[in-house]
Amino acid sequence: MRKFIVRFAFCFFFVITSLVLPAQQEVEMADTMRSNGKIYVVVAVLLVLFTGLFIYLIRIDRKISRLEKENKQ
Amino acid sequence: MKLSWWKLLCIVLLSYALIGGLLMEVPRKAILNETIRNIYFHVPMWFGMMAVCACSVYHSIAYLRKPGLLSDIRAVSYAEVGILYGALGLITGMIWANYTWGKPWSNDIKQILSAIALLIYAAYFVLRNSITDLDKRARVGAVYNIFAFAMLIPTLYVIPRMMESLHPGGQGNPGADPRDMDSRMHMIFWPAAVPGFIMLGIWISTLSIRFRKISDKNLLHA
Repeated sequence: MRKFIVRFAFCFFFVITSLVLPAQQEVEMADTMRSNGKIYVVVAVLLVLFTGLFIYLIRIDRKISRLEKENKQ
Repeated sequence: MKLSWWKLLCIVLLSYALIGGLLMEVPRKAILNETIRNIYFHVPMWFGMMAVCACSVYHSIAYLRKPGLLSDIRAVSYAEVGILYGALGLITGMIWANYTWGKPWSNDIKQILSAIALLIYAAYFVLRNSITDLDKRARVGAVYNIFAFAMLIPTLYVIPRMMESLHPGGQGNPGADPRDMDSRMHMIFWPAAVPGFIMLGIWISTLSIRFRKISDKNLLHA
């Protein structure tokens, strides 16, 4: 379980940095995250949010499944 | 990893609703602007609330037909998610209203009545938790739950259609008016957003049911 959390934290860190770093550039480049009134930033935020929520939900689901198995024995 | 098909479907549909809902074309309207996309997320909360509350009242009726603590666990778990969805719908509606109607609470008939509906549901939990005897609690809760669900119909469906409202579609069927949503929006709203959020609500409820079944197993097998 700890391995999973570490791995998830690493992925999360890289996703966040890849989203944040281009925003520090001085020159405005034609990258996707800045186009269309920066709507893609919102999309990214919501995707991270929902991904996190779903991972949490799936983990609770698996924990309860394990408890159910243990209870049957 | 094993995950049942409908949970995967729920994730896929909600991802589609999320990405498509934010990026696909929508009608261009004054005042609303891009906030029209809130329809994909705010409105399914009410559909989801109705769906899980229907599940809840189904199990309450099942309890009254054949008393068993399991039916009571199911009814209360679904009702919990129902009230959560309703509260989220009310809050997201207030955020949306702040930037389109000018203030978060304008005493709109739908705002008032959905708040009343939520309070009626909140009373379900107050009533339940005030009774210590398990069987009595389950029975009184089941009876009250039927009343609370019945009150959803006038408060969320009948009275709002008879009054002036800031919500669109007042003089007819809200949501089905082509002036509010065009065919592009229907392609996200009906196949993805509504069923996705309903399935998410049922998923959360089933987790809560399974949790209670384990924690109350001494009572269930007594």
